[in-house]
Amino acid sequence: MEPSLVSAVLFATIVAGTPLILTALGELVTEKSGVLNLGAEGIMSVGAVAAFAVTLNTGSPLLGIVAGMVAGMAMSALFGFAALTLQANQVASGLALSIFGVGLSAFVGKPYESQTLSSVAPLKIPLLSKLPVLGHALFEQQALVYFSWIMLAVVAWFLYRTRWGLVLRAVGETPVAAHAIGYNVLRIRYLAAIFGGAMAGIGGAFLSVFYTPLWVEGMVAGRGWISLALVVFATWRPLRVMLGAYLFGGAMITQMFVQGSGIRLDIPAQFLSALPYLATVVVLVLISRNRSTIRLNSPASLGQPFMPDA
Amino acid sequence: MQRLKSSITLLGLGLLAVAPLAAADPAPTQVGFVYVSPVGDAGWTYQHDQGRKEMEKAMAGKVRTNFVENVPEGADAERVIRQMITGGAKIVFTTSFGYMNPTEKVASAFPDKFFFHATGYKTGKNMGIYNARFYEGRYLCGVIAGKMTKSHIAGYVAAFPIPEVLQGINAFTEGMRSVDPKAEVRVIWVNSWFDPGKEREAALTLISQGADMLTHHTDSTAVVQAAEEKHKDNANLYSFSYHSDMSKYGPKSCLTGTTHLWGDFYTRTVKEVLAGTWTGTNVWGGIKDGMIKLAPLNAAVPEAVKKDVTKLEKEIKEGKRHPFAGPVVAQDGKELVPKGRNMTDAELGAMNYYVKGVASTLPKN
Repeated sequence: MEPSLVSAVLFATIVAGTPLILTALGELVTEKSGVLNLGAEGIMSVGAVAAFAVTLNTGSPLLGIVAGMVAGMAMSALFGFAALTLQANQVASGLALSIFGVGLSAFVGKPYESQTLSSVAPLKIPLLSKLPVLGHALFEQQALVYFSWIMLAVVAWFLYRTRWGLVLRAVGETPVAAHAIGYNVLRIRYLAAIFGGAMAGIGGAFLSVFYTPLWVEGMVAGRGWISLALVVFATWRPLRVMLGAYLFGGAMITQMFVQGSGIRLDIPAQFLSALPYLATVVVLVLISRNRSTIRLNSPASLGQPFMPDA
Repeated sequence: MQRLKSSITLLGLGLLAVAPLAAADPAPTQVGFVYVSPVGDAGWTYQHDQGRKEMEKAMAGKVRTNFVENVPEGADAERVIRQMITGGAKIVFTTSFGYMNPTEKVASAFPDKFFFHATGYKTGKNMGIYNARFYEGRYLCGVIAGKMTKSHIAGYVAAFPIPEVLQGINAFTEGMRSVDPKAEVRVIWVNSWFDPGKEREAALTLISQGADMLTHHTDSTAVVQAAEEKHKDNANLYSFSYHSDMSKYGPKSCLTGTTHLWGDFYTRTVKEVLAGTWTGTNVWGGIKDGMIKLAPLNAAVPEAVKKDVTKLEKEIKEGKRHPFAGPVVAQDGKELVPKGRNMTDAELGAMNYYVKGVASTLPKN
């Protein structure tokens, strides 16, 4: 392949992977605290419409991102109330949140369907963006792409290098023990879930303000579900979340480049769109077979409610 | 029957109570529409809704319309159609392919009501079908593309390889190569009618592969918007919209588009039914029937090209030119339609190949 083509494929792959990284990193932190929030698709939808509406009315994409984030936090707080405070089934609450969020975003977004935003100029990093091949792909991206890399580092550092990261993981492993030594399990889980909501909201904002600067009902188009699958695929490791996101994004983009260039590719596209989920199933099988190593990363109390004895 | 009549009278009385001003006129006939997606601001359903409004205006006082949007294809559709009928509708238009079987089922249960199904092939005593020759508009867009391109490459973002979509791709290709024999069309299938993110990625991919003329057979405005954005870098990058006039999403770069116009057809059909002259509908209408039209041409289209296109449009209208006039040659060089005849409707309906000039390979089904 010629360098310009490599650069173009790489560039598009990174763009396609970014909303997945943002959302999956948030979900990863949530799950590490033992909370399974399946509402990502709904949260992203609400985040997308909130970000679009605010950007349209204020002209500021930054305010739009904040709006998406706040909307995502509100959605996950709602989930927290049902699943943590009231101890409703987490799977059911998460699914309900997904369906509710998709519907709510369609309802709220009705007046915005006809509107468009002007596209936001990418943030060029001086010097680095001049590098051959990689410069354009890595350093002429939207600000949120760099943000996703920074958040990857922050999440990895927080989880494995800080005391509070250790506490969060402890809460996800054995909430009873964490509670016994004096940590407020519910509060920690709330914070983790709200962080997850904020990230999914930003992921949604990336879609409606940067990726395709428009709002239409259903525009998240399954990316929330892929993000959920990614967390399992990555066996709850932040760096693998990024690799997985680029892998799934890259598969889609490469397939398009191949189609456009007229090379015969005998892999049905339906197979490619099922790939993230297939890969997730494979990883799940591996996890169950290999209890000693991979399973260590999976939070032991994932999805189980915890209520301290009164 | 007597009971039915009295219940209609009752219903009429109910209506009168609500709208005493209309007391002098007989109760208007109810016409229902079933839509597959939200009406939105552009696209397939939006065009049908425009048609509904036009018909209602043309038949003011004689009909009342209502619609249900976002109806999934399948069992839910049958429930919605039934509800429309039991709610008083006399005529129902179902506007998506997947409503075919539910429409047929309800139609046989209510022989005194009238049903019209878009893009399907099952008809009945009280069920008609209608569709439009979208490919005629595609051909004209292709001609403009052939005249305007500098890279001799067009990019086509498509949803699913069904005959209707292939007709569009092939007609566009035939049109483009009729004026630029060097031209090639590259196709990317996104396998979704509606995923703005993927549609946009596909458009950007095609641009990076050298396409300077873009079009789409998907439901969102993402391709037109992507072209508008990249128009800044390449002043000769243009797009053609589909379903609706999307020029407001690409004021500089969207040259025109194939738009669907259902209003006349709806008005005509409802009039026939009300007058009792309806005998069956199997309409596949094109430019001639006013069901297809090009959106107003962008100022970027040179005067000479405008003239040519207007002339061609007239020729298609008069039946003097067919987008698939022989010889039509398949991608692999096989002659499909010999010189001297046009492709028949049956052949069009069974299209499952690319014509010569499409540079991509068709996914196997």
